Amino acid sequence: MGQRIVYMDHAATTFTKPEVLAEMLPYFTVRFGNPSSVYSLARESKQAVEEARGRVAKALWATPEECYFTAGGSESDNWALKGVAFANRKKGNHIITSKIEHHAVLHPCQWLEKQGFEITYLPVDRDGLVSPADLEAAIRKDTILVSVIYANNEIGTIEPVAELGAIAHEHHVPFHTDAVQAVGNVPIDVRGQNIDLLSLSAHKFYGPKGVGALYIRRGTRIDPLIHGGGQEQKRRAGTENLAGIVGLGKAIEMATADIEGHNRRIQAMRDRLIKGILAIPHSRLNGHPGKRLPGNVNISIEFIEGESMLLSLDGYGVCGSTGSACTSGSLEPSHVLLAIGLTHEIAHGSLRLTLGDANREEDVDYVLQVLPGVVDRLRAMSPLYADYKRTCG
Amino acid sequence: MYTEKVMEHFRNPRNMGEIPDADGIGEVGNPVCGDIMKIFLRIRENRIEDIRFQTFGCAAAIATSSMVTELAKGKTLEEAWAITNRDVADSLEGLPPIKMHCSLLAEEGIHKAINDYRKRQGLPLWEEKASHAHEHGEEPECEPPAGTGQQ
Repeated sequence: MGQRIVYMDHAATTFTKPEVLAEMLPYFTVRFGNPSSVYSLARESKQAVEEARGRVAKALWATPEECYFTAGGSESDNWALKGVAFANRKKGNHIITSKIEHHAVLHPCQWLEKQGFEITYLPVDRDGLVSPADLEAAIRKDTILVSVIYANNEIGTIEPVAELGAIAHEHHVPFHTDAVQAVGNVPIDVRGQNIDLLSLSAHKFYGPKGVGALYIRRGTRIDPLIHGGGQEQKRRAGTENLAGIVGLGKAIEMATADIEGHNRRIQAMRDRLIKGILAIPHSRLNGHPGKRLPGNVNISIEFIEGESMLLSLDGYGVCGSTGSACTSGSLEPSHVLLAIGLTHEIAHGSLRLTLGDANREEDVDYVLQVLPGVVDRLRAMSPLYADYKRTCG
Repeated sequence: MYTEKVMEHFRNPRNMGEIPDADGIGEVGNPVCGDIMKIFLRIRENRIEDIRFQTFGCAAAIATSSMVTELAKGKTLEEAWAITNRDVADSLEGLPPIKMHCSLLAEEGIHKAINDYRKRQGLPLWEEKASHAHEHGEEPECEPPAGTGQQ
């Protein structure tokens, strides 16, 4: 139809940058050798993997030997949680995490509970921040892992990871963080920020889908998740996703080259979008106003439901997301929105727009132009709004 | 995920709004679960002369509301009572399994509105099926079906 598409769902995934794709392509058709083989074609592949590893290490201030490639953020999270839990079983069975983790951390935790581990889920305040004092109070002698998300995927709140990591370290407990949303948006320094394990995923920073990495600080006790061949220093079996790894390497290098400059541009659009949407009566910003991912906008709009808002916006070519139940496959709204104290009704009316390199200033104008009409139309249908107008209007 | 028919009713809902002096009103659903449907009836000589709806909910909830009003309009109360959630879903050329409960809301909404009318007329109430969908005011159980992922 040639309709204008305004992509504002960068937290879900990003497009692969042409420069990234260009580096990947030869590794499908020409330099396709298995890095584990001995001939020169294979050595080229091995070299490409190691070059990518070096780029990951540089982006995180880690050493290459501490960076392991995986099939994505979910695998990295599962590996960190399950791998550390089982390797340290004799030491203890207590793990601390937060109530606003991504499902790739929460569900492994729930599974570990079934295996006999005990999990403490730290609460968050109204802005979504985990309190270091709460962590301090929750650590016990048998605590074997602390895992707190670096920056939340729904509300964009950036956690005080360096402080949380320092507390974990005072008690000699390893600290894992799911940094899937943070890489490329926040400067990461695993040593300076007291991080022992860090999960990342290429498709969140303009790399390909299906490839990620887990940083494991030297000396961290962790079992493999995937057993088999001797790849990845015998810690993660499986023939390397060669082209994907090359793409991850290029993407992370590009994404971390000028975080500050990149954020300035994105943040300016974000703040204008937030201000514009909050002009709609009965709307509120979710997540921390300042400690927030540069591209994240999450707003609850009262009296209407998120999925109908998204589908209406889709009619105008605007791609967004919601914490309403209706798109998640369950009837419960997002656990993150409930954890920051929203009522179910308000959580169902949340709209997440995440900005990134696909956006220009005029996209913000366009959304601000179409959204009020969408809201008005849905409110005109809503019995909650009718009730509100009767009693308060 | 939705049929063209669902999207069409979502974009252009029929009979949306309220009837100021309705002869019967039915409200079902719960804001906690993300959907409320309110059905307004004007009855003349045992026939639904006018029917309108207000809905807070997803696209499927809005489309099923719209469809059920279209199916019920002009029908006798007996005919309207016989409309099932299956009729609503079929008329929309199908709903995703997870959204079938929206069609239950539509069926229950009509039943509630008709019984509200009968109550106001001093007529004996017809027996409503045990509520499939959740009732407004009760402790809701938003049953999570098999989950899908989310980013």
